[in-house]
Amino acid sequence: MPDISPDYRLHLPQPFTLASGAVLPALEIGYATYGTLDAARSNAVLVCHALTGNQHVAGVDPRTGKPGWWTRMVGPGKPIDPARHFVVCANVLGGCSGTTGPTSRDPATGAAYGMGFPVITIRDMVTAQAALIDHFGIDTLAVVGGSMGGMQALDWAVAFPERVRAVVAIATAARHSAQNIAFHEVGRQAIMADPAWAGGAYPPGTQPSAGLSVARMAAHITYLSEAGLTEKFGRRLQDRDAVSFGFDADFQVESYLRHQGLSFTERFDANSYLYITRAMDYFDLAAPFDGRLAAAFAGTRARFAVVSFTSDWLYPTAESRRIVHALNAAGAAVSFVELDSPFGHDAFLLDAPNLNRVVDGFLQASV
Amino acid sequence: MILRSDLKVIADLVPAGARVLDIGCGDGALLAELRATKGVDGRGIELSGANVAAAVARGLAVVQGDADADLADYPGGGFDVAILSDTLQAMRDPAAVLANMVRIARQAIVSFPNFGHWRVRLALLATGRMPVTAALPAPWHATPNIHLCTIADFADLAAGLGLTIEAAVYLCGAREVRFALNWRADQAVFVLTRGT
Repeated sequence: MPDISPDYRLHLPQPFTLASGAVLPALEIGYATYGTLDAARSNAVLVCHALTGNQHVAGVDPRTGKPGWWTRMVGPGKPIDPARHFVVCANVLGGCSGTTGPTSRDPATGAAYGMGFPVITIRDMVTAQAALIDHFGIDTLAVVGGSMGGMQALDWAVAFPERVRAVVAIATAARHSAQNIAFHEVGRQAIMADPAWAGGAYPPGTQPSAGLSVARMAAHITYLSEAGLTEKFGRRLQDRDAVSFGFDADFQVESYLRHQGLSFTERFDANSYLYITRAMDYFDLAAPFDGRLAAAFAGTRARFAVVSFTSDWLYPTAESRRIVHALNAAGAAVSFVELDSPFGHDAFLLDAPNLNRVVDGFLQASV
Repeated sequence: MILRSDLKVIADLVPAGARVLDIGCGDGALLAELRATKGVDGRGIELSGANVAAAVARGLAVVQGDADADLADYPGGGFDVAILSDTLQAMRDPAAVLANMVRIARQAIVSFPNFGHWRVRLALLATGRMPVTAALPAPWHATPNIHLCTIADFADLAAGLGLTIEAAVYLCGAREVRFALNWRADQAVFVLTRGT
């Protein structure tokens, strides 16, 4: 029986300045740890979660009672193993699982921030994580993440080149493409078009569920591949022998997406979704370096493992290769592999023995 | 660890502590050996994803990629030694690969099967068909070796590119060959530098 993932809070009472220049009066970080920090404080592995993830990467999520979101990678006998590593995972800034975000109370008004929350960036998320890492007295560490977690892992190496020993960046990109931004904008507009959104000021305990659900449905399609959808659903009908000549969920794929959308609204806050997708859209590691990604990595001492999946069209292999070329040009020690998978972007969260083999070998040599 | 005979020769030619790029590194056997015995700082490029996964699982820094396309992206002078073992003949543009190797590294070490070996010549003469040998086991239509050459051809290309041959080792199986090289060697290992 796996243990319940711990649900810790770190309260940092000092003001926290964001990339935009805005200042949060204080910072709360929701996080979980697994394993023990060794005497040399040298075995820390920070795992960064993706858009809709949380700090419960391993064990059992205390809120849902279900396994953490990456138990295939983190846990006893896994590549990231609490028996060897001190594993840290924190809810991102702007999130809705314990870390300061739009659902948090704004001390100026006494009510939830809502749209009064300042716009955040991936760098802000990383800076907040660094505050947590500082709290543990950890100097250097390995950072691992997929998708938005991979963006944070890469940004760690750029923001704190002297602290990061190893980076694992899976199914990710060094910038959001026009297509990435476009899909996020569809989701945000769906949320904001829901009257229940109320300009972001919906009462606690309520949600613009219809809008958030559509946002999740659209996004979920981008996490899968056409081949994967065809294999799983084809044109099969849902609990019926013929189409209904109506707008019920006739097809299994419709029913599946509706379920994905609805269940998402039970675990995720609509305003958090707006803020975090915005942060991803703003992400472009090369932007402060006149578009030269190699210059962003110039000072890094980290070893890098970059992994992409053949059927991932959200963050395709070409984006990973762009990262690898830049790291090579910067003289960094980089490994890169494109793994075969029919499951699209979501492949990194699924059972992927080759991914585990690569991450295990890489971390054994790095941590 | 048991290394292929050309890899053994190459391993001996690499100076201790060198920064090494192994192009077409396979599962990383040579890099792992060089790391263990010579303390090199090694990197690899390999086309096959399965091989890259195996190399990374050994803790090596290996990038999945195509040397024909990707070498151009490596900055000049980043390595002491660039190695191309038994791969030149599979390159689309061997001349460009060699030029890139001496740009990226001070020294290029290249091994390749010698198409001038007497068995190959005899097979072609006697059968009138493309030779299939232990070193070149695939039939002509299925071989990845699209640019086979002889030792004499290679020396011509190196001269044409203005490269200096610093050293050469000629092999027949695991034995070194010292005369009638282009007839008797089934493999050759060359150490090249940019001409002065």
